Amino acid sequence: MKELRYPFSEEAVRALRAGEVVQVTGRVFTGRDRLHKHLAGGGACPVSLRDGALYHCGPVVVPQGEGWRVVAAGPTTSAREEPYMAEIVARHGVRLIIGKGGMGAATKAACARYGCVYLQAVGGAAALIAQRIKRVEGVSFLDTFGATEALWQLEVEAFEAVVGIDTCGRDLFDEVRAASAEALRELLARG
Amino acid sequence: MNWTDLLTELIRRTTSDLPSDVEAALRTAATAEAAQSQACVLLQSLVANTGLARQQATPLCQDTGTLTFFWQVPRGTDTQALERSARAAVRSATEKGWLRRNTIDTLAGTSVDTNVAEGWPACHFEQGESPREPLGGQITAHGDVRPPDLADELQGRDGGRVSSRAAGSPERGSVEVWLMQKGGGSENMSAQYSLPDEALDAGRDLEGVRKCLLQTVWRAQGFGCAPGVLGVCIGSDRAEGFMTAKRQLLRPLCDASPVPELAALERRVLDEANRLGIGPMGMGGKTTLLGAKIAARPRLPASYFVTVAYMCWVCRRRGVRVTEGVVEWLG
Repeated sequence: MKELRYPFSEEAVRALRAGEVVQVTGRVFTGRDRLHKHLAGGGACPVSLRDGALYHCGPVVVPQGEGWRVVAAGPTTSAREEPYMAEIVARHGVRLIIGKGGMGAATKAACARYGCVYLQAVGGAAALIAQRIKRVEGVSFLDTFGATEALWQLEVEAFEAVVGIDTCGRDLFDEVRAASAEALRELLARG
Repeated sequence: MNWTDLLTELIRRTTSDLPSDVEAALRTAATAEAAQSQACVLLQSLVANTGLARQQATPLCQDTGTLTFFWQVPRGTDTQALERSARAAVRSATEKGWLRRNTIDTLAGTSVDTNVAEGWPACHFEQGESPREPLGGQITAHGDVRPPDLADELQGRDGGRVSSRAAGSPERGSVEVWLMQKGGGSENMSAQYSLPDEALDAGRDLEGVRKCLLQTVWRAQGFGCAPGVLGVCIGSDRAEGFMTAKRQLLRPLCDASPVPELAALERRVLDEANRLGIGPMGMGGKTTLLGAKIAARPRLPASYFVTVAYMCWVCRRRGVRVTEGVVEWLG
């Protein structure tokens, strides 16, 4: 298991290979559909995402004292951000994309070109992942996007994920999709 | 305890406590995968998440889903009052952090922070029939409490006490409600076919249905949080087809359709889907599907729909039955 600490260097990210399990520690930003559309369209970002991690997640957050506490924070389906992701990687220097289900060709190309990897978190394991979130450091776009779609700045410790797409162009999801397509063809032909 | 409190408690149980049959299926699946494999480790994480959410009473998944209440009520019940209680319960559960602020005004694009809007949550009322048919599996009850003022709320509009011998009701005066929470990732993977389907070479028979179901599982890959469960309706029209398909997801994983040919199809689809190699989260493995629940309904001569409700592994469904003020938790 490899440890990755914020800020994430291009060198560390380029050394990762698809299938490796990693533990992410330090700062992670959340973002969903509205943030991606905003950023890819050239919208301003109030925080720097450079050498950072962008987590496809809309957490369940409850107020605690002056701040917030995250009670559930599993990944959302990343494929919805495919139209925007490559542009955001290029423009904002994101090093880690964390989500579920994998992404498309444009994101894969951006990962190879700019030095970024896609990490698969465990879909639906919201309680388990929330345990790895130590603190809510801040939040942006809370009023405009709402709590679920807001950009949350979190401090995580040993957040486990699997490298799904690496900088060499290997994509685990593509491999499973191709192999399962072959299995499906055989089953359908059997009758 | 009143209906609002009771339904708030139903939401807490549904959102944080995975049904025992689903948890058992995940445990069994983990042992079927090769030790130390990615699939095995992922399934173990799902089991660990299940235990943690139950212990903390926090949501199993941050997508607390579309909430649908399936009611079975005796004749003369004030369903509007029950619906008001459901809405109040959703509001309360959202404030407690058991439900995410999970509702968007589609036209304005803004968050509806209460999670309550017109027809939202959805309530479906039926008389005299358990929402969870066919009943082939074991439904377990977990303790009961007696709320003092519950019976009074079960009064009809005319103010008369609901008869404990409501005609045609198998549960004789009891109200039963099942809550389903279905996440958006899985809902996006649901599908409806109109047979014949040339591209799939699927005709108007159970063989054609089988092809539709396997393709639905393949298309879902890891997007719908596999391993999933299929709720299926063959026949009907497009709208009722989705409702019937969704209702099938209330059935326990261990049951079988009472119709022999549908039971055979359920077994076959489950077996074949698990040979696709998609695995938990679409990262490869033997566990792609946990169950297939199929119902058949009449259709028009011109139509032959196959409607599939794809549910993720976080298959959240729990129920409660109130009989003469006595509360029995189901699922």
